[in-house]
Amino acid sequence: MANKTIVTAEPGKQELFITREFDAPRELVFKAHTDPSIYSQWVGPHGMEMTIEKWEMSDGGSYRYTHERDGHKYAFFGVTHEVHAPERIIGTFEFDGLPERGHVILGATNFEQLPDGRSRVVHQSVFRSVADRDGMVQSGMERGVSDGYEKLDDLLAKETAATVNA
Amino acid sequence: MDTFTALAEPTRRNILEMLAANGNLSATDIYKKFKATPPAISQHLKVLREAKLVRVEKRAQQRIYFINPEPLHDLEKWVHQFAAYWEERYQALDKILEIEKEKEKNNG
Repeated sequence: MANKTIVTAEPGKQELFITREFDAPRELVFKAHTDPSIYSQWVGPHGMEMTIEKWEMSDGGSYRYTHERDGHKYAFFGVTHEVHAPERIIGTFEFDGLPERGHVILGATNFEQLPDGRSRVVHQSVFRSVADRDGMVQSGMERGVSDGYEKLDDLLAKETAATVNA
Repeated sequence: MDTFTALAEPTRRNILEMLAANGNLSATDIYKKFKATPPAISQHLKVLREAKLVRVEKRAQQRIYFINPEPLHDLEKWVHQFAAYWEERYQALDKILEIEKEKEKNNG
C-alpha cells in the first residue's frame, strides 16, 4: 500500500495530526467528506451500522451521527464552523457517550492537490487538554466507539505491523 | 503516573534526552545541568522513576541514572494503533474513491 496514514502526536501538546494521501483529486476526496451518502460508507468501523441523524455541511451548520452494533449506539456530534470547498473543513467533534460533557475537539481538515490527480488530507485535532488528547490516543479511539470489540485489537495489531513495516 | 503524563513536562523530556545522549548520568550531574533547585529536579526524577522511564543504580555514594526505553515503545504502539484505526477507515475511502472516479468518468 503506497498511501500510509501518519499520526503525529508530540509529547505535552494538545494537538495531533493525521496525514494521508489518496489516488484521487481533492475535489472528490472533499466530496467524500461532505456528501452524507459517501461519508457514511467509509467512516464507520467494520460491522457497525452508521446512521446520519443530522448533516449540515455548511458554515454554521451542525451534524450528528450514530454507530450501532449489537444494540449499542454511539453518537458523535458537532458544529461546522467553515466548509470551504474543496480545500478546508473546520468544526467541532464530541462523543456523546462520555460520563461528562466538555471533552470537545476542534478539528481542521485541509485538502491539498498533488500532481497526477492525487491529493493529501491533513487533519489537525486540537483538544482542550493534554490529558484529553492522550486519552483519545491511548484508547485507540476504537474502544470509545465500540466497547467490547476485542477482535479489533488483534486486527489492529496486524494492521499496525503491516503499516510500521511497510 | 503514565508515560504520557511523565513526558508532558519539558524538564523531564530534557532529562531523558540527556540520558539518551550520554548513556547514563549521576544525579549530581543532572542537577548541575539545570537552573532549578536539586529538590525540584529530584521530584522530576521521581516521576520518571515511577513511570519506569529511567532506572537507578547505586554506586558508592552516587545514584546513576539510565534511560529505560520500554514505556516509550508502548507509547509508540498506541500511536500506531490509532494510526491503524484511521488507516482502516481510509482504506475503505480508497475503494469508494475508485468507484466515484469511475462514475465521474462515465458521466463526464
